[in-house]
Amino acid sequence: MAIDFRNVTKTYPDGTAAVENFTLHVPSHTCTVLLGSSGCGKSTLLRMVNRMIDPSSGAVLIDDNDVATTEPVALRRRIGYVMQDSGLLPHRRVIDNIATVPRLTGASKADAHRRAQELMEIVGLDAALARRYPKQLSGGQQQRVGVARGLAADPNILLMDEPFGAVDPLVRVELQRELQRIQTDLRKTIIFVTHDIDEALTLGDQIVVLKKGGEVAQIGTPENIVEAPANDFVAQFLGLDSARRSLKAAPREGGGWLVSDGRGRPLGVVDSAPDQQHATD
Amino acid sequence: MEWILNNLPRITDLTVAHLLLALPAVAAAFLIAVPVAWAANRVRPLREVLVSGTGLLYAIPSLPLFIVLPIILGTGVRDTFNVIVALTIFGLALMVRSAADALDSVDSGVRLASTAMGYSPAKRFFSVELPLAGPALLAGLRVVSVSTISLVSVSAVLGVQSLGSLFTDGFERGIVPSIAAGILLTAVLALLLDLLLIAAGRVLMPWSPGGGR
Amino acid sequence: MNHLIDAFDVLLDPESWSGPGGFGVRMLEHLWYTALALIISAAIALPVGLMVGHTGRGRALAVISTGLVRALPTLGLITLAALFVGIGLTAPMIAFVVLAVPSILAGAYAGVESVSPATTDVAKAQGMSGWQVLLRVEIPLGLPLIIGGLRNATLQVVATATLAAYVGAGGLGRQLFLGLRTQDYPLMLAASIAVILLAIVLDACFEFSQRLLRRLLGLV
Repeated sequence: MAIDFRNVTKTYPDGTAAVENFTLHVPSHTCTVLLGSSGCGKSTLLRMVNRMIDPSSGAVLIDDNDVATTEPVALRRRIGYVMQDSGLLPHRRVIDNIATVPRLTGASKADAHRRAQELMEIVGLDAALARRYPKQLSGGQQQRVGVARGLAADPNILLMDEPFGAVDPLVRVELQRELQRIQTDLRKTIIFVTHDIDEALTLGDQIVVLKKGGEVAQIGTPENIVEAPANDFVAQFLGLDSARRSLKAAPREGGGWLVSDGRGRPLGVVDSAPDQQHATD
Repeated sequence: MEWILNNLPRITDLTVAHLLLALPAVAAAFLIAVPVAWAANRVRPLREVLVSGTGLLYAIPSLPLFIVLPIILGTGVRDTFNVIVALTIFGLALMVRSAADALDSVDSGVRLASTAMGYSPAKRFFSVELPLAGPALLAGLRVVSVSTISLVSVSAVLGVQSLGSLFTDGFERGIVPSIAAGILLTAVLALLLDLLLIAAGRVLMPWSPGGGR
Repeated sequence: MNHLIDAFDVLLDPESWSGPGGFGVRMLEHLWYTALALIISAAIALPVGLMVGHTGRGRALAVISTGLVRALPTLGLITLAALFVGIGLTAPMIAFVVLAVPSILAGAYAGVESVSPATTDVAKAQGMSGWQVLLRVEIPLGLPLIIGGLRNATLQVVATATLAAYVGAGGLGRQLFLGLRTQDYPLMLAASIAVILLAIVLDACFEFSQRLLRRLLGLV
């Protein structure tokens, strides 16, 4: 399912514009990352898709149908949503949290639980955790429950609002890897909001770099953006100007190359130098 | 002790009468306070009016309210209904504020997540917000139940039968054990009802830190 | 409704306010009882409550006593005291103090506790002694809550003072019980309205002073 933002604008009653005249095509079965610092309107854009926020003007279309024509509650039930701090219901057990949406749409408790158990396996949660309450889980586990819950109704679209923002860096990397694995299998249309450039480069098939007010600084694949930042804003955001991403390679004793960043901080080694022939393929 | 044993049937009757006045009032205060609190939170300008307004009721002394209320209700001063309504008003004075705070304290992230998952507003209220406000609602309800149980006895000076009658009888006839028994039983009733509420909380809210596991 | 009109006739008649047993004297008695009970209770509860809040010791005891008193039936307390010390003001005064102390205590320790630890730490770091921290930082900043405790105690005493007449003391309860015994509903009603108005006026005074204080202290 493809998603289209057509000239959407969101202005609040006090006159502030969260998003102005934003247009974007999100291709089916891919992950699009909305990247920007706080106040760039990325969460606002995300929430327009499931009508948590309605645009002041313009339209959001899912497979060419304007979402404004769909009743919001029904719409939300067929779109997965994962947020920071997981937003799990503290008074429901893990299994019931995951089963929430199927239960809302009328699945029997047994069916919903069976589905929830499958999902726990998919997101890498031990089945023994099913009977626990969210507070009894670690932050990373809670976030996995959040992802499982987002997938429970088997939605074609998954909206993720800084889902891994509140977990520590190691767990975050692990969760990103899991998400990539899940995406390889399930191929959902994902819109992923983050302010973390590394996360964006890891997960995005398409990255949209946003300035304040939802102004697009650049749209492209991770490679496009790193290779050819469209302007100073993007370069600065990526850290290209701060020498963090301008790498140098020096020959290593005993073959291979030592790679370091612009300030000389060693980053890692390459066993064999990239072959100029291959690089231009 | 001997006095209590000799007067057991009467004490039992008075205890039952006491509960029949207190329990409906506690229940009514709770059932009215929750929707009022919901409305107060929903319409923000209304909140200050409703919460402070019901809070003001708390300033009204109990005995005078028992006497003034019949004008509005059209009942007699000794009417059970009159006493229950007066007690309900005192319950509301405490409960509306705590219910409004309880419903307001539900984590906004959870609210947001449940909306995003496709809860309709009504369903969200009953299956997410109300249960999550549960522990704070229970705390408010416990205060109301204890103070209602103790307030009932004041109505005895008007001639309404309750454990308070042990005070008026005891005072008029100079029987200390009667008054002592009345105080003791009031405290025991308050304690029992409180324990009952705590137990109910554990059963209904096994997920809350105060209850279950 | 006729009763209500009759009751206001009683209240608006200058005759009923004058004389040794009139509303005027009873109102003054009621206020006097309340003031006396508050002074005695505050003399006991304020120092204790402030120390509990300042040192953090005895907090559990203070919390429990507040809870216990809520469960204590006021009428039982007054009649019990009356049987022991006899008819008069002493018995109700004992009851008033027992009822008022926990409210004042709770307000005092909650007031002191409401001052953020960072603020008191800064005061200590500047070289203030324990007493100076209490007198110059904790009490002024905690004042709205301390007064809140006095406010609850006042309401409690005004209400209970109505019952004092039941055990032979004065106050507006006298008129109320007179009406009750003589089946004079307008008189009962008039006395009740007078007590309610008294309570609401006192409560409003406290509300006003608390708001004023919050503004003066810059807490709003």
